Amino acid sequence: MAFEAGLNGQANSPVHKIRSAAFDRFEALGFPTQKNEDWKYSSLLPITKRDFSFTPNKDVALEYPDVKKYLVHEIDSYQLVFLDGVFSSWLSKIPNSNFHIGCLCDGLEKNTKTIQKYFSKIAKDPKDSLVAMNTSFAVEGALVEIPDNVAVDKPIQLVYFSSKREKDFLVQPRNLIVVGKNAEVQLIERHQSLSPESTTFTNSVTEIYADQDARVSLYKIQNDIPTSSLVDTTVVEQESRSNVSIGTFSLGGQFTRNNLTFTFKGEYAEANLSGISLLNDRQHVDHHTIVDHAVPNCQSNELYKGIFDEKSHGVFNGAVIVQKDAQKTNAFQQNDNVLLTDTASIDSKPQLEIYADDVKCSHGCTIGQLDQDALFYLKSRGIADREAKAMLLYAFKHDVMETVKIEALYKRLNKIIAQKLNVDIDFEL
Amino acid sequence: MLKIDQLKASIEGKEILKGINLEVNAGEVHAIMGPNGSGKSTLSNIIAGRDEYDVTGGSILFNKEDLMELEPEERAHLGVFLSFQYPIEIPGVSVTNFIKTSINETRKAKGLDPMPAKEMLKMMREKMELLEMDRKFLNRSLNEGFSGGEKKRNEIFQMAMLEPKLAILDETDSGLDIDALRIVANGVNKLKSEDNAVIVITHYQRLLDHIIPDVVHVMLDGRIVKTGDKTLAYELEEKGYDWIKQELAETV
Repeated sequence: MAFEAGLNGQANSPVHKIRSAAFDRFEALGFPTQKNEDWKYSSLLPITKRDFSFTPNKDVALEYPDVKKYLVHEIDSYQLVFLDGVFSSWLSKIPNSNFHIGCLCDGLEKNTKTIQKYFSKIAKDPKDSLVAMNTSFAVEGALVEIPDNVAVDKPIQLVYFSSKREKDFLVQPRNLIVVGKNAEVQLIERHQSLSPESTTFTNSVTEIYADQDARVSLYKIQNDIPTSSLVDTTVVEQESRSNVSIGTFSLGGQFTRNNLTFTFKGEYAEANLSGISLLNDRQHVDHHTIVDHAVPNCQSNELYKGIFDEKSHGVFNGAVIVQKDAQKTNAFQQNDNVLLTDTASIDSKPQLEIYADDVKCSHGCTIGQLDQDALFYLKSRGIADREAKAMLLYAFKHDVMETVKIEALYKRLNKIIAQKLNVDIDFEL
Repeated sequence: MLKIDQLKASIEGKEILKGINLEVNAGEVHAIMGPNGSGKSTLSNIIAGRDEYDVTGGSILFNKEDLMELEPEERAHLGVFLSFQYPIEIPGVSVTNFIKTSINETRKAKGLDPMPAKEMLKMMREKMELLEMDRKFLNRSLNEGFSGGEKKRNEIFQMAMLEPKLAILDETDSGLDIDALRIVANGVNKLKSEDNAVIVITHYQRLLDHIIPDVVHVMLDGRIVKTGDKTLAYELEEKGYDWIKQELAETV
C-alpha cells in the first residue's frame, strides 16, 4: 500500500497489521465533521482541506541556540527533540541510565515487549479517525520506559519542531510512556512550528500507562505560532494507587483540540486534570476530557480555567463516567471562564454519567466578566487599567498554576502569560 | 489642596449629591458625618474616581488639577487615597504582591525606578509595626478571609505604604473593636503631617476621640448642611441629626 512507502521499510514489521487496520479505519471514517457530536463546536475543515506535505525537510539543521528559547532551559533536564517528526540526536540529551528514553521507532523496529503490550492498546477508540490516522502513519515519537521503583531524577522535555518551509506540513508524533510500579517521572511536552509562512498541522497521540503506585506528571505547553494547529490526543491507563497529573496550558496556536482520556484499571488511583486557556485574536481551543471510573475507590480532580479575549472561542466538554461497580468514587470537575469582550465565546458542557450509588461527584461551570469593584480597588491604588486587569486574571487562574510543581516551568508560564497580557509585571515576590 | 464646587451626581437617574461645596487644605483633618444614605460614600467614591455615578454638575480640583478628567490610577498617582468601606477580597494576589505592584506602578507613573526589594521590605516591616500587624499577614491573599478589623487595618497599612497627600477614610471605624480602633487611629495620627490632609467619614463620634478633626461637616440628603469645629461632633453624638433637620426647616 502506498502509505507504507514512507515508513522506512517497516512494512514487514509486526506492527504492520495494527497500522494496516488503522489505515482502513481512517479511510472508512474520514476526518471528523461538525455533524459528529464530539466535534460540534470545532471545525477541522479549514485545516484538513489543505494540501499537506508529509516529508521532513532533509536539508534543515537546527542548532541549540535556535531552539533554546522553546525549552525550559533554566533547569537541568533530559531532552528528546524531534525535527519535522524525525528524532534529532544532535539536540537531544539522553541519559545513560537505568531507565529508557528514546525514539519510538527503535522500539517498533525491534518490536519490544513494551511495544507488544502497550502500543495502540491504550489509545484504541475505534471511532477516533485522527488516532487511526496517527497509528497508521506513526513513525517517530518518544518512547519512555521507567522500570519499577525508579524515580527519574530530572524532568524529561519532549519537544517537536517543524521547520520553516513553503508548503503546508502535517506531522504526527506518537509517544508511548510506560511507568513501572512505584516509579516516578515528570514530563514537559511542547509542539513548536518555526514556519510563520505556512500552516503546520500536528496530530499527536500519546499513550501513558501508569502501573501500581506510579507517579506521573505531564505538562503541556501549547504556545505555538498563529499558523499552527494541533490535535493532541492523550490516553492514560492507571493501575492501583497510581497518581497521574496532566496540566494543559493553551496560550498560542490558531486551533487546538485536546482529547484527554483517563481510565482507572486499579483501585485507589488518582487523576488530576488541569488547564489554563488564554486566548485572543481568533484563536480556538477545545478541551475534551473523559474520566472513566471503571473501578471503585478512585479519585479524579478536574479544574480548567479559560480567559477569552477579542474573537477567541473556547470549548470545554468534560465527561465523567462512573461505572456501576465504581462505588466510593470521588469525582470533582470545575470549569471557570472569563470573557473579556462581547465577541469572545465559550461553549462549556459538563457531562456526568453516574451508574453507581455511593459516590461523591460534583461539577460546576461559570462564565463571567472581570469584577468591576475589584478593578476599581486596584486602580484606586495606582495600578493602571491593563496591569490591574492582568492582576485579576492572574488571580483568577492562580489555583491552576499552583498545580505546576516545576519551579522554572511555573516561572516560564507566568512570563508567557504576562507577555500575552501585554504587561511587564512580575506576579511573584 | 482639595476644592469641590457645587458637585452634583446621580446614579440610575436618582440624584444623590445635590451641590456639594468642600475645601480641604494641607495639614487639616475634616470629618464628614451624617446618617445612612446622605451621600457620604458616594462623595468619597467620586473623589477616588469610581465611574458608576453620573456627575451632572460642579467640579473637583486637587492641587488645581481637574480630577474629573483623570482615571482612578492617575488620581492615586497624584496622592489621592480612599480607604474602602468594604475592601474587596482578591484571592490569588498576596498583600505583598499587591502593595509592591501598587508602589512600583505609582513610581513608574512618576518616572522613577522600581523601589529596591530590600527597601520595600524594610518599609513594610516598619509600617506593620506601627499598625501592630502580624508579618504572616503579608503572604495572605488580599483581604481573603480577613476579619472586618483586619480588612480595615490592611487599608491603613496600604495608606501608610503609599503615603498619600489626601486620605479619605470611608467608615474605617465600622467593624473595629475598641483596641483596633485605637491602633488604626494611632497609625493615622502618626502619618499626619503639615503636607497632607485627611477626610474622615463616619457615623459616630468615637473615632473622632482619637483622630481630632479641625473641621466637622454634617451631610444630609446630598448636601453639606452644617460646618463647625470638633464640638459639633459631640453635639451630634448627644442629640442625633433631628435638631439639624429642624433648624434647616426653620431657615427655609
